[in-house]
Amino acid sequence: MNNLANGAWLPVVFMGLMGLAMLAYVILDGYDLGVGILLRRADDGDKDVMISSIGPFWDANETWLVLGVGILLVAFPMAHGVILGALYLPVACMLLGLILRGVAFDFRVKARALHKPMWNALFYAGSLIASFSQGVMLGLYITGFRYDALSLFFALVTGLGLCAGYALLGATWLIMKTEGALQQRAVRWAVGSFWLTALGIIAISVVTPLVSARIFDKWFQLPNFFLLLPIPIATAVLFFVIFRALRRLPVRLQDGNEYGAWVPFGATVGIFLLAFYGLAYSLFPYLVVDRIDIWQAASAPESLMIILIGAAFVLPTIIGYTIYAYRVFWGKARELTYY
Amino acid sequence: MFDPVVLARAQFGANITFHILFPTISISLTWVLLFFKLRYNRTRDPKWMDAYKFWVKIFALTFALGVVSGITMSFQFGTNWPGYMQTVGNIAGPLLAYEVMTAFFLEATFLGIMLFGTNRVSNRMHTIATLLVAFGTTMSAFWIIALNSWMQTPAGFEMIDGKAHATDWLAIVFNPSFPYRFTHMMLASCLTSAFLVAGVSAYRWLRGDRAPAVLAALKTGVFIGAALIPLQIVAGDAHGLNTLKHQPAKIAAMEGLWETKRGVPVLAFAIPDESTRSNHLEIPIPNLASLILTHDLNGEVKGLNEFKGKHPPVAPVFWGFRIMVGTGMLMLAVSWLAAWQLARRGSPAPWLARVLVAMTFAGWVATVAGWYVTEIGRQPYLVSGLLLTKDAASTVPSAMIATTLAMYLALYIALTIAYISVVFHLARKGQFPAMPSPHATLVAA
Repeated sequence: MNNLANGAWLPVVFMGLMGLAMLAYVILDGYDLGVGILLRRADDGDKDVMISSIGPFWDANETWLVLGVGILLVAFPMAHGVILGALYLPVACMLLGLILRGVAFDFRVKARALHKPMWNALFYAGSLIASFSQGVMLGLYITGFRYDALSLFFALVTGLGLCAGYALLGATWLIMKTEGALQQRAVRWAVGSFWLTALGIIAISVVTPLVSARIFDKWFQLPNFFLLLPIPIATAVLFFVIFRALRRLPVRLQDGNEYGAWVPFGATVGIFLLAFYGLAYSLFPYLVVDRIDIWQAASAPESLMIILIGAAFVLPTIIGYTIYAYRVFWGKARELTYY
Repeated sequence: MFDPVVLARAQFGANITFHILFPTISISLTWVLLFFKLRYNRTRDPKWMDAYKFWVKIFALTFALGVVSGITMSFQFGTNWPGYMQTVGNIAGPLLAYEVMTAFFLEATFLGIMLFGTNRVSNRMHTIATLLVAFGTTMSAFWIIALNSWMQTPAGFEMIDGKAHATDWLAIVFNPSFPYRFTHMMLASCLTSAFLVAGVSAYRWLRGDRAPAVLAALKTGVFIGAALIPLQIVAGDAHGLNTLKHQPAKIAAMEGLWETKRGVPVLAFAIPDESTRSNHLEIPIPNLASLILTHDLNGEVKGLNEFKGKHPPVAPVFWGFRIMVGTGMLMLAVSWLAAWQLARRGSPAPWLARVLVAMTFAGWVATVAGWYVTEIGRQPYLVSGLLLTKDAASTVPSAMIATTLAMYLALYIALTIAYISVVFHLARKGQFPAMPSPHATLVAA
């Protein structure tokens, strides 16, 4: 298993790639799902601006999910079957949500004006269903697909927590990308989702070590405990940074001073990065908690190699043109025009 | 009663049928958009930009439906067919990975610039974005059809401990049926878009919309259709001969031929009966099938009796084939007539315009029927000769599959209806481009 000469390093690389794709998905689609969750609270004019702020990006954002699941499918086919089989219903609900919001994006401006409120409602509902399902999937995944009452309750908490986390990403994204009354409202939305996000992260941090003695030891044995302490501390600091920024921003933005408008979004992304890193550290090298590790689940090395060669050229290109697209649409979203 | 294999197939079939409707349009509609854009760049005639602006809306809608139904598929590969990836994952995996990496990100990212970027990038960059989206959709078709063709005619691999391992990637990608299927599908896509563009433009024409962009798009659709359908007939024939060589059981089912014989007729009509292994109410055209398949009036064609227990269900393959060919012939007649009229008098007669409107989605009918022929025709195998469909199916309880199947079906039917009505709604709205509402200038995808 640890014979690196024998291609055993390939599954590790692919786990890393899959992790990156999932992380990119959670952050990128996270903010646009979050904007969808917040849509219900906005008035009609604001709705158009909010959706304009994510319009050019959402297709590509969701593609990271296809890449993440794709890597799971092609690099770890055995785990793909086990994980998605165990999560069959929440996956179906998530897909329903993603379909609804994906099509509502287009239908809401193209269908007759009479139907626009319905598509807006479906956009909101689809975003909420998809986010909640993903959170439930995360909870069930952490507890190793146990379907007892306690695990289901935990899954419920992670479901709500992820909705709140996405709403926080969405609200802080809107603080960057909008101005005026909508921007002020986005600050209040961010405050509203702040505590529930924190609660979700605390719940995951407490429950994960309790699920498995192996994970508990990984975190709490010395000297690991002290080496890992910066992760929770940094998370707490970032929460404090967001909290302070959200208190100061309304006055500053009132004066048209955009200084620090990106801070809440940046710090929220930072929290997602740290939470993701913590989770990845807990789970490695398992794909299904303490049951299937990455070497047991991996495809044949020659097939992984041919994908890796392609990825080495293509992924940097993808990242390059993604950055280009974000630069093209840099700045406030209001003047974006659609054919 | 609820056989999980049947349910898994029904669910996957429903999803893939719904999915294919949209890529079939978007793969080629981007090239049509690129054509409009290039014409505009060359002539600076605003009608081409108007045509672009109208069709890019329909493209965006189509693309979104393709994306969301495609995401569903990336999950259903694993949930419905776990045995598939376990057996041939070493082959299917890299092909799917290359599709995601070389196609999906490219099209999704540059679509944003194509749709919303006109005021933010140069005209040249906008043209390049359109080209990259077109290239991306085509690459996507390339990889997925390579995989599908490999499932039909596997090559370039060896089996070790019940798992396929790649030995020759060129042989895998360019497997025996790939060039034929790819050509056939690309032409099908172009024809579907051609009839969509012609049908919607004819609809606007009938409603009295005489904008130059409408006639330009109508001509584009009709001439593309008229030019490509003869090529499609040739490509389809070549694909059929390739299938005869590699999958003779599928051909026997398409022809409704139960016993091997010489001088085989084409059955214009018949009701195949699996229980008696014969046809009812045959209307034969003598010797034609032998002529088409063997280029000899008395050539021998293998019948289903040679493949007992290993051939597909006959009726759906038999009928799917006839619906596809019949629709194709209708498309030939209509597009040539319309092309002739447009060339002669510069505009379509109202009755012909109505026929074009009725044929707006004719490409869907032919394409879906054709895919049913080739996919059902591959049964009982999931991968020809390697893996039986029933051996790959999931162990998820039937009740769960049935519930989600009902949910998906309701959703797909509603969305297909919504799509068609919004396309025609846009066609009606397209008449008044000079009246922007306050919100219409704001975005929204």
